[in-house]
Amino acid sequence: MALTKEKIIDTIYHQVGLSKSQSRSVAEGLLELIKGTLEKGENLLISGFGKLVVKEKSARRGRNPQTTEDLQLRARRVVVFKTSGVLRDKINRR
Amino acid sequence: MNKSQMIEALAREEKLPLKKAEEVVNTVFGEIEAALIKGERVEIRGLGSFKVKKYGGYQGRNPKTGEMIKVASKKLPFFKVGKELKERVDLQ
Repeated sequence: MALTKEKIIDTIYHQVGLSKSQSRSVAEGLLELIKGTLEKGENLLISGFGKLVVKEKSARRGRNPQTTEDLQLRARRVVVFKTSGVLRDKINRR
Repeated sequence: MNKSQMIEALAREEKLPLKKAEEVVNTVFGEIEAALIKGERVEIRGLGSFKVKKYGGYQGRNPKTGEMIKVASKKLPFFKVGKELKERVDLQ
């Protein structure tokens, strides 16, 4: 089973000692903080976990692989995740 | 923004004691980490999803010395950005 926001809220409720509704609003608040930071173009560095980095992609010429039609892809701003070495080692049990 | 700045901002915005905000941040990332270590998927609506991808090992070469080396198989978490975050971060 996948870990979802509901389960995270439940764990906050059980471990942090906040009410259920407080746990929910704090979890939503944290997610909004993360999204708002990235939206401003600011990176997020979580030591021992990894970082969420905003990258500027320049416009490029692309192709629809199905129709082989040429198309122009505009400049974009995307989020990429880079795993911390600590977490990578834990996942690989090193 | 790093983790301690995130804790401070969360405490300020949610009117929580710093200690509680720290526990919340540690719980959230701790849960995600534990799920990934178990090989479980993580799905947070609006933010994105994490899953662990397996990469097979291969016979490689040290590009400097030309020496043959064995590259072991590995597992890496992969993040797919969610719709809301993707749209908010992108320019227009």
